[in-house]
Amino acid sequence: MSMSQSKLVRFVTAGNVDDGKSTLIGRILHDSKALLSDQVQSIVNARFGRADAGEMDLAFLTDGLESEREQGITIDVAYRYFTTQRASFIVIDAPGHEQYTRNMVTGASNADIAVVLVDASRIHQGHLKVQTRRHATIAHILGLKIVFAVNKMDLIDWSHSHYQQVEASLIRLSRTLGIEDIDIVPINARSGDNVVHQSAVPSWYQGPCLLQILEQQDKATDFADLPFRFPVQRVVRTNGHTLAAKRGYAGRIASGQIRLGDEVCVATSQQCSRIAKIETYDQILTHAQAGQSITLYTQDDLDIARGDCLTSSDARVTNLVVADLCWLDDQAWQDQQRYILRQGTASTPVRIQTVLHVRDMHDLSQVRGEQALAQNDIALVKLQTQSPIIADEFATNPKLGAFILINVDTNQTVAAGMIRNS
Amino acid sequence: MTHAWRLSHLDRLESEAIYILREAAAQSERPALLFSGGKDSAVLVHLARKAFYPEKLSIPLLHIDTGHNFEEVISFRDKVARSFQDQLIIAYVEESIACGSVRLPSPMASRNGAQAVTLLEAIKQYGFDMLLGGARRDEDKARAKERVFSHRDTFGAWTPKSQRPELWDIYNGRLHAGENFRVFPLSNWTEIDIWSYIVCEQIALPDLYFAHKRAVFKDGPLWRPVTPLTPLPLGKKAETLSVRFRTVGDMTCTCPVESEASDAAAILAETRLCTLSERGATRMDDKVNDAAMERRKKEGYF
Ligand SMILES: Nc1nc2c(ncn2[C@@H]2O[C@H](COP(=O)(O)OP(=O)(O)O)[C@@H](O)[C@H]2O)c(=O)[nH]1
Repeated sequence: MSMSQSKLVRFVTAGNVDDGKSTLIGRILHDSKALLSDQVQSIVNARFGRADAGEMDLAFLTDGLESEREQGITIDVAYRYFTTQRASFIVIDAPGHEQYTRNMVTGASNADIAVVLVDASRIHQGHLKVQTRRHATIAHILGLKIVFAVNKMDLIDWSHSHYQQVEASLIRLSRTLGIEDIDIVPINARSGDNVVHQSAVPSWYQGPCLLQILEQQDKATDFADLPFRFPVQRVVRTNGHTLAAKRGYAGRIASGQIRLGDEVCVATSQQCSRIAKIETYDQILTHAQAGQSITLYTQDDLDIARGDCLTSSDARVTNLVVADLCWLDDQAWQDQQRYILRQGTASTPVRIQTVLHVRDMHDLSQVRGEQALAQNDIALVKLQTQSPIIADEFATNPKLGAFILINVDTNQTVAAGMIRNS
Repeated sequence: MTHAWRLSHLDRLESEAIYILREAAAQSERPALLFSGGKDSAVLVHLARKAFYPEKLSIPLLHIDTGHNFEEVISFRDKVARSFQDQLIIAYVEESIACGSVRLPSPMASRNGAQAVTLLEAIKQYGFDMLLGGARRDEDKARAKERVFSHRDTFGAWTPKSQRPELWDIYNGRLHAGENFRVFPLSNWTEIDIWSYIVCEQIALPDLYFAHKRAVFKDGPLWRPVTPLTPLPLGKKAETLSVRFRTVGDMTCTCPVESEASDAAAILAETRLCTLSERGATRMDDKVNDAAMERRKKEGYF
């Protein structure tokens, strides 16, 4: 299956209202020839279009739902796909106003890169908007690489000194957050300058255009170099006709690699055995790596059910973790409410012991002592789980280091969590 | 440790779909796979066999039969189910019409919208709590915002505002009684990916998808097939052209495109060059209004 592009770049876009996010996405899809002619027609037909007559309103393309268009707002995360010579892309558009954090966290959890838009014409003396801090903070907490796109450069006549001021503020913000590696790129989303093509960029800018920066990213093989983690999705008991001599464990390798004969352990019970067979519908494998859906058979029978995780022998488990938590639900956290934590395929009852601090988005300071969590809060908390979970830190293993919290009564997914340490 | 390699684009999509299928089955008491006989559902059934191998597919196939199907699609459906001894459940729009839950504006009106009613009746009758479907986010704007696990309330309705946040690849499949999920393992596939996969995996499809000679007549920008349900209108002239269908829905509103592509590889090549999106080219009911799909989804459509 080698006929398609194998490099995959998933990026989420974030920006204040009117910074030009929709225009930028439309521009990228249009200039990379991802737009089909009837979609262009529907932009032209748009009943609620905002563009001047004659000009195509690229933003219209991304404002999907009728109810959204009538209200002039967008309410949900949208996914779009395009391919260039160098990579396949998934563009994740996370719009919203009050719901912003909820949408951005959702979008960011499925992305590798965040393109954070700022409107150059609305930044005076280098004062960034609160939203920009919020976007960068969320992107950073969720482990994304950040690209700042400084938009509407035409409105400041591509002024180098103005751009340098904005650039200095963005670098300062990144340092405050502890981010070292960022990209900053000046663009005009409306005309497309420096988005997909380098056209009309003054000589003071020597760097790559936005699309080139995105094309250079590559996260695809990272997880294969981490320790082996295999959350079991289901136990295979028959061979298609009768009860099988050995049970199989079906799942997708979350991280690491596995080969025949390797030792694996059930993280929570410390039982260990060796790999006897690696199977897929198409073939028997001698070796598999992160991202592959397979069925594993061990030499000795282990007591395994859905929710167990097969790991290399170095995995630790714990009942107590400190974690970053983004509270997404409109119902605030309540101490008496029962919640479940899900990590991989495992579920366990969980309690928030302490809220260590909540972040203030204005100055990024940490407000202590407040035992409350409401929608859009980003906090550091101490959690206690009933059954032990795998103690992987999100920063080193974003697959097992991530979890969600579910309200047992409403069934809503109420929070996104990232393990700091245990 | 062996040096890591990069999974190919299709391998990655296949592995993701298998993962989603297994998550759905594990979190559901009574799942069903929506099988229309179209190319996306043929790919989905193929992936489901892989996901549960070496066990047999224990999920029944559910077909919502509009009574306006092309004959080739029905025979293909029956062949697929028979060859693997799958359980096939058929729910008939005709029955919903007979019992009065579906009222059509005219006998020959498109039944695509009516499928939602029949589907909800089948969900209730059989107690299904998870319906696996082959919809893709690249099909249209309303789909672009669809979750992989898409929650439907006790009325079967999709309410965009109350969709659960879907974080990483952790799918929360918890339900209250009477609610259900639509699960879309092909969410991240494009039309090109589907055809590439059909070529690679040699997946069988109804003959309608491949170029064949057919009597058609011009209707605006579209070619419409001459069928028992869509006879040649007075004053129109039928022509016999080499055509193929890109979707195989209700006969009264599904139109073929001119093509000589007689196998999946040739269709893939044409699709790469094509400038009209799938629904735009062939579905008259989505043409009516850009928001057509959104309205249908809110009513409980797939
Ligand atoms: N002059 C100029 N206007 C822009 C640029 N990018 C976007 N706009 C305009 O800014 C307005 C808001 O853009 P839109 O994409 O709807 O913003 P969103 O709310 O972030 O999605 C629209 O009128 C756009 O045409 C740009 O680079 N230069």
